[in-house]
Amino acid sequence: MSITLETWHVAEKGAWRGFHRGIWCSDIDVRDFVRANYTPYTGDEGFLAGPTTRTLAVWDRLTAMFPEERARGIHDVDASTPSSITSHAPGYIDRDRELIVGLQTDAPLKRAIMPNGGLRMVENGLAAYGYTPDPRVNEIFTKYRKTHNAGVFDAYTPRIRAARRSGVITGLPDAYGRGRIIGDYRRVALYGVDQLIEVKKAELRTLDEVLSSPDVIRDREELAEQIRALGELKEMAASYGFDIAGPAGTAQEAIQWLYFGYLAAVKEQNGAAMSLGRTSTFLDVYLQRDLEEGTIDESWAQELVDDFVIKLRIVRFLRTPEYDQLFSGDPTWVTESIGGMGRDGRTLVTRTSFRFLQTLHNLGPAPEPNLTVLWSPDLPEGFKRFCARTSIETSSIQYENDELLRPEYGDDTAIACCVSAAPVGRQMQFFGARVNLAKTLLYAINGGRDEITGEQVGPALPLVTGDYLSYDEVAAALDRMMDWLAETYVDALNVIHYMHDKYAYERIEMALHDYPVKRTLACGIAGLSVAADSLSAIRYGGVRVIRDETGLAVDYVVEGGYPAFGNDDDRVDDIAAGLVRSFMEKIRRYPSYRGAEHTQSVLTITSNVVYGEHTGNTPDGRRAGEPFAPGANPMNGRDRHGMVASALSVAKLPYDQAKDGISLTNTVTPAGLGRTPAERIGNLAGLLDGYFDGGGFHMNVNVLNRDILLDAMDNPDKYPQLTIRVSGYAVNFVRLTRKQQLDVVNRTFHGSL
Amino acid sequence: MSSTAPSTARSEPGAAARPTAGLTAGLTAGLTAGLTAGPVTGSVHSWDISTGVDGPGTRFVVFTAGCPLRCLYCHNPDTWQRRSGTPTTADELMARIKRYRRFIEIAGGGVTVSGGEPLQQPAFTGEILRRCRELGLHTALDTSGFLGERATDAMLADTDLVLLDVKSWDPRTYRRVTRAGLSPTLRFARRLAELGTPTWIRFVLVPGLTDAEENVDGLAAFAATLPNVEHVDVLPYHRMAEHKYAELGLPYPLPGVEPPDAALLERVHAQFRAHGVTSR
Repeated sequence: MSITLETWHVAEKGAWRGFHRGIWCSDIDVRDFVRANYTPYTGDEGFLAGPTTRTLAVWDRLTAMFPEERARGIHDVDASTPSSITSHAPGYIDRDRELIVGLQTDAPLKRAIMPNGGLRMVENGLAAYGYTPDPRVNEIFTKYRKTHNAGVFDAYTPRIRAARRSGVITGLPDAYGRGRIIGDYRRVALYGVDQLIEVKKAELRTLDEVLSSPDVIRDREELAEQIRALGELKEMAASYGFDIAGPAGTAQEAIQWLYFGYLAAVKEQNGAAMSLGRTSTFLDVYLQRDLEEGTIDESWAQELVDDFVIKLRIVRFLRTPEYDQLFSGDPTWVTESIGGMGRDGRTLVTRTSFRFLQTLHNLGPAPEPNLTVLWSPDLPEGFKRFCARTSIETSSIQYENDELLRPEYGDDTAIACCVSAAPVGRQMQFFGARVNLAKTLLYAINGGRDEITGEQVGPALPLVTGDYLSYDEVAAALDRMMDWLAETYVDALNVIHYMHDKYAYERIEMALHDYPVKRTLACGIAGLSVAADSLSAIRYGGVRVIRDETGLAVDYVVEGGYPAFGNDDDRVDDIAAGLVRSFMEKIRRYPSYRGAEHTQSVLTITSNVVYGEHTGNTPDGRRAGEPFAPGANPMNGRDRHGMVASALSVAKLPYDQAKDGISLTNTVTPAGLGRTPAERIGNLAGLLDGYFDGGGFHMNVNVLNRDILLDAMDNPDKYPQLTIRVSGYAVNFVRLTRKQQLDVVNRTFHGSL
Repeated sequence: MSSTAPSTARSEPGAAARPTAGLTAGLTAGLTAGLTAGPVTGSVHSWDISTGVDGPGTRFVVFTAGCPLRCLYCHNPDTWQRRSGTPTTADELMARIKRYRRFIEIAGGGVTVSGGEPLQQPAFTGEILRRCRELGLHTALDTSGFLGERATDAMLADTDLVLLDVKSWDPRTYRRVTRAGLSPTLRFARRLAELGTPTWIRFVLVPGLTDAEENVDGLAAFAATLPNVEHVDVLPYHRMAEHKYAELGLPYPLPGVEPPDAALLERVHAQFRAHGVTSR
């Protein structure tokens, strides 16, 4: 969609002064702008600046509020004002000191209610934290305005409800915002809101002469809503004293404009994941220009980034304690994708890539924003080493394989949530949570009856009979049960996303996308390693079935050893890869809402524990209620040949059949990476090079320091897979006695001095 | 339940490491790279890929089964018996190693033959080191040196790094720790120095057993005379193998012994420093 090049933008004092022109001047094309104007950086971290006293003063004010927030669950909430882009008066942490301004409500850590997604989530959340729901809000959202949640339950079928209730399909975004949609917030800074409105109006005009089919009517309405949201974005910025109608002229403005765009999104959507995109190298263009113009120095540049990141750290949503239990804590997935390589062979690492990671040193480790490095063996060595050092010191970075992402989505790809990739502003996803593959296997054995309740949930297919499970028989039954599962699952997702578009449409996020946009339907599977190991046990170990008096298979005896997933053993790794391939193929058979492209992830986030709770004994020997391994991880303790062999099993899962991502979480001790800090940095960078070269998609790297080990002693449930490697010998940390754990704590840290 | 053994060796346990002869061997001899009459076979306890513990970088580590020593602090008592290992041909092990060749090359690292005592199976160990060297992989041999005479010059020429565990300097302490004599290890250490084979000395520090000042001092002084020694790794004793003894039905040899504290570690490092020896 063509835009008007404002000549004053490129004038000496204009916002675009000094920028190289390109396609981005006539079309909305931030990638082209970045490519034409950024400065790759191949050096090390030596240039970085520490935190200023101003930064620390702002941060200290917040950290003083965190203990109370942790103790009470939430710090405060505005229970009466349904949130919108303009609903709340301006809020500040420390008005005189903040460099980047804007909060979701009128005070820091004060949460907003967003009933459009679901009123029940709001009311349960309020009640759980001791607040009284406002009867007026209840009246509005039951009497005058319907919610997404209400819409979904009007249209769910009995079959979907049964599958949802039993836990074979769970975590569906049917009671809250679906999230995982990343607006291209950079557009606000580069073009200013007025230009974006003009483009949206032109897009709307393309539909003027098209007959009004339901699809066209919906598109027109959505575009009109997008235009309205952009107007509200300007209004919200104005309430903070900023006119963002035109483009940003300085780095501080660019960060502020971009942040206002993001803030508008998190004021209106309580999405499961509200990710930021790929902003650091874009912002580097502005920081670099200011540095060259001599208006800022490195300390100021870092200060701006630190202040921005402080804002991203305190994005909050009102959710229920059950939700937080499912996802371990209070996550918002403000994912920022950093680094990677350009298609032209230049690295996309800039000084600001370093500055974003430096916030973990300046402000201390934090889960948010979810800093995500797009790793390639071709990244500059200095950046690799800084990433490795930061991982070792903070355990706060996740890594994704840029060599898989770039060919698939291009070099302006960002990660939403954990592992879901899309080109920024050009593609969005319909988030679909996941199905429980381990439970599905039990349904296959039990002819569709639930192994816990005995209820007929799946189709009443023939039971698998006999005292011993036959691999061929079980595999065939599983195949049929997966057919049913895929159909029910896609059916549920179509209902959810129809209603979400209707009642909780992401106006501002979609205003920062191209029209028309590409959509994916992001399905997912959990319990992959349990299912694969179960099939392996049946095939290679021999599994005897124990049935109750109703004929329900309730327990299994594994009679021999079997190859387990996570040992780089093709016999079972092929089973796991086959399950991924087969389920993807089945999902594709069922038409998706709005013609979205079907994808899937192998990801559980942290819900592997809850999935395990809802799943009975499995034929791999896992006991009922025992947690699954997270994501695509091998089951805890069954990978016996070290992290690399374990990771290479996961790397065999076919990414082209799981394009929404394959997640692997690894935990290593500092000593497991080497004896000296320099050695550890080099070794971790090498491991990442090796894993991604080997086809791995994603790796969470935990390098545990003393505090984390001590925490693990008190909270063993949080660290189920913490492994301590000692010279060719591994122990599961949480299974050691307290005394032995202390032994490890002392030895590890003495050893590294 | 457990995963299966690393290799898919099919030979009988009794045939482990015994060169086979006759017609069958003749048929398969062409398939092996060695010059022996049959496939070179070893007894392997396990393998893993680890980082930063058994030599530089990320390494494929093969643990051979069988060891002549019975160190009081041994953390791998499950590798003492050769018969407890899995018979594995060099071809089978090399096929496994080759799977990780690219990973190791990219990540930086190599292959370490550890144990048990790898020199209890010199033909197998030599064959693995040679074939890894041919692949261009960095090779390391982790040994107590007690059987150093079984290491041929050719084997050492194929070894980029020796991790030499010197259990103690004082001969009486050495015997108490290992139930064996010290001198073969010292002879092997001097031979490595003559050959110029890069070596890391490893010394396990056990309070009340190996921590005597004279014991450490003697080792430090000796290490200082060996120009091929890059550094000494001081490994703090740990008790994490206690459960292995229980599983094997063996009494734990060092009940009540605690890991060294920071002060003792620092004293020992200072002793090495005083002799100009790098320790870590």
